[in-house]
Amino acid sequence: MYTMVLSISHRITGIVLSVGLIPLVYWLVSLASGTAAYALAVERLRSPLLQLLLLGWLFSFFFHLANGIRHLAWDCGFGFERKQARASGWAVFILATLLTVLCVLWVLQLRGAPV
Amino acid sequence: MTLRSPLGQVLGLGAAKDGVSHWWAQRLSAVALVPLTLWFLVSVVRLDAADFSAAHVWLSAPVHAVGALLLVVVLCVHSRLGLQVVVEDYVHQPGAKLVTLVAIDFAHVLVVAIGAFAILKVAFGAAP
Repeated sequence: MYTMVLSISHRITGIVLSVGLIPLVYWLVSLASGTAAYALAVERLRSPLLQLLLLGWLFSFFFHLANGIRHLAWDCGFGFERKQARASGWAVFILATLLTVLCVLWVLQLRGAPV
Repeated sequence: MTLRSPLGQVLGLGAAKDGVSHWWAQRLSAVALVPLTLWFLVSVVRLDAADFSAAHVWLSAPVHAVGALLLVVVLCVHSRLGLQVVVEDYVHQPGAKLVTLVAIDFAHVLVVAIGAFAILKVAFGAAP
């Protein structure tokens, strides 16, 4: 995978994850605000739109995590050859997709929904 | 009064004078976030998040509250540093750049304050 695609994707997922701080803090605040506020928060977070957004945040997280580790490896001087960089780029994309799918399946299984 | 030459005073400082500390803080926060985010994600998924009492009891445990505090603070540090780089790279008009950077700073301090307050309220509050 071309390294430039991965590079801009790291920034885009980073920005997406920064916006994800809002639902994270909202969840914490609702937990601190009592049962009624928490029930409303869960209802909102389980709405189709938010579930879709949460899926996006989940993929962004795994992508940014995997690619971030790739960056840290570069910082340590590993994997700079073009062939290696493109191969690790594919590995990051495949790993992020795989982890997202596994996490979604796990959540569905815990909810008792048919997988 | 210093005996150092003007050139000697600025050598090694670079354009922004603190580039290395920014770079280093970005990496340190990244390394810290690997275990913190994975721990939090797994914990929240395993928790029956729809159950208020279960979530409240989980977050009020000292280890979990401290972990959540660390997560919110380090996430905000990392997010602020990352967004700063993006703004510096893509926003070229000086006024807009300054306003955006200040807004990003304020927003992150606000997120830390609200998040930390919520966690501490749960941790120190009475059980529901």
